[in-house]
Amino acid sequence: MAKEITGIAASSGIAIAKAFRLEEPELNVEQKKISNVEEETARFEKALQISKEELEGIKEHARKELGEDKADIFAAHLLVLSDPELINPIKDKVKNESVNAEFALTETANMFVSMFESMDNEYMKERAADIRDVTKRVLAHLLGVTITNPSMISEEVIIIGEDLTPSDTAQLNRQYVLGFTTDIGGRTSHSAIMARSMEIPAVVGAKTVTADIENDVVVIVDGLDGKVIVDPSQEVIAEYEAKKADFEKKKAEWAKLVNEPTVSKDGHHVELAANIGTPDDVTGVLENGGEAVGLYRTEFLYMGRDQLPTEEEQFDAYKKVLERMKGKSVVVRTLDIGGDKELPYLSLPKEMNPFLGFRAIRLCLEEQDIFRTQLRALLRASIYGNLKIMFPMIATVDEFRQAKAILLEEKEALQAKGVEIAEGIEIGMMVEIPSSAVMADVFAKEVDFFSVGTNDLIQYTLAADRMNERVSYLYQPYNPAILRLVHMVILAAHKEGKWVGMCGEMAGDEIAIPILLGLGLDEFSMSATSILKARSQISKLSKQELEGHMETILQMSTTEEVISYVTENFHIEK
Amino acid sequence: MAEKTFTVTSDSGIHARPATTLVQTASKFEADINLEYNGKSVNLKSIMGVMSLGIGQGAEIKIVTNGSDEAEALSALEETMKKEGLAE
Repeated sequence: MAKEITGIAASSGIAIAKAFRLEEPELNVEQKKISNVEEETARFEKALQISKEELEGIKEHARKELGEDKADIFAAHLLVLSDPELINPIKDKVKNESVNAEFALTETANMFVSMFESMDNEYMKERAADIRDVTKRVLAHLLGVTITNPSMISEEVIIIGEDLTPSDTAQLNRQYVLGFTTDIGGRTSHSAIMARSMEIPAVVGAKTVTADIENDVVVIVDGLDGKVIVDPSQEVIAEYEAKKADFEKKKAEWAKLVNEPTVSKDGHHVELAANIGTPDDVTGVLENGGEAVGLYRTEFLYMGRDQLPTEEEQFDAYKKVLERMKGKSVVVRTLDIGGDKELPYLSLPKEMNPFLGFRAIRLCLEEQDIFRTQLRALLRASIYGNLKIMFPMIATVDEFRQAKAILLEEKEALQAKGVEIAEGIEIGMMVEIPSSAVMADVFAKEVDFFSVGTNDLIQYTLAADRMNERVSYLYQPYNPAILRLVHMVILAAHKEGKWVGMCGEMAGDEIAIPILLGLGLDEFSMSATSILKARSQISKLSKQELEGHMETILQMSTTEEVISYVTENFHIEK
Repeated sequence: MAEKTFTVTSDSGIHARPATTLVQTASKFEADINLEYNGKSVNLKSIMGVMSLGIGQGAEIKIVTNGSDEAEALSALEETMKKEGLAE
């Protein structure tokens, strides 16, 4: 029986395939007496061997898809399975105590897990998770339970999961994973962002998908309208095949705009830029006709590792991005860590309100070694392209002044040593805290540019935790309060001859685009995959005409009014 | 038996990646290979053993090899230490 589940459209497109549930297997271990030690040892050896082969496969996949760094993690996992200090005690236990291999493995592994967990070092504590992960694989083989390996999928599927972790998504094979849907998450959750950068259709926050969908049932993921259809009839499949073809035709139309500038119907030019996390993402920016990098999130350099990146490592990454963008503008955001983005090796204390706590520029101004290292790497890389630097989470003018002063200190120190640094690097700030939007006229005298970070600006303005499902209704990009703040920032900047960009999800949103264009936004930075669609939409909008509607929109009372006004009056690219 | 003492120079001591390479190198040899640090001695062919020492920058460590290919093992490990930037 067909069933329709509604969720959040996280990545556009339509996918139709069999369901593949990504789930944690249940591994129940009982202690058993065994009579044949040799047989039991051989069984253990075999499970070990298969596990190693699987890990080799995952390692190679990681090397190809994700780079050397991620492959190293699995190389370490493989070593654990060859570790004499782990393997020999297990075999001894089987032999001396005549217990089953499952039991011997669990007991021995647990001993190591608790040893690592009890260490006074975050990094070592995480190794406990590695050991658990690796032994789970062997245990599953011993028990004859299938362990789901997203990287091993070899037929076309749609992934069904509660949520996808970064390592899950990292293992997905684009050739076979046509789409995915999850119980939890929103448009800005990790899995959603990954889906857009991988260009696979996804519906997240669909609450009941793991409860309602069995393995191998045919599923349609409609990433355009945020719907999941389970076990559809032939007619429905045909309908969606048509919708899919339609979407692909439109995508092909958009593809023609790759080398075109972004110009409104009445000849006004705006810049369409992309948000990136790693140097590799530049490929997607160029393929999608990005005119700039509007936000380079540098925190990925700091995440998924056991120590701070060195100045050289950072320099290499920044240089690579600047060179590959060939003189096009690259706005680098300095370290935005803390809040929901933790770095275990910094051992920061847990906070009651991480989003309102010690994060981003607050942390950088306190832990200046970290900040200064990053700034030196950026300054040194500046000669390889068109670098702009911006500071995140600026709440007060004083913070901006302090950050800028540190930057200038580092610049002078480098120049004194004879290091070459580009002339006139623009220094700007993110506007994501309401105080900085309200004070934009004052800030505008000191900054070279603003970039409005809407994800946080919305969360702080409406005081709604964007990770909390129960208040997600308050996450309202088109709320007149947000539009007025954006308007204030643009007015204040233009008065001082400065430019304003936007690097939140809102910048690529088809309902927001006509408003932002009308308000005079200069740069729109979005997921690379949204650029062509946005360019197509802007080419069909007249800026002058939009301007005439802004007063009406800014005077509206509710989000709903704004949405219906925009959809009735302006071209919405679907 | 052959042995050599090193002072760890890398900023972060012996962490995941260099530890992996050291263990991989050690595992290629027949000889028994131990790593001594801070009064403890672990099997250098054991990744968990090596990591459990939590060796930091400035640590004085000793590698002891014992077996038919002890000399080759020691020089290969010395080379790995240098190549990984663990010691000079």
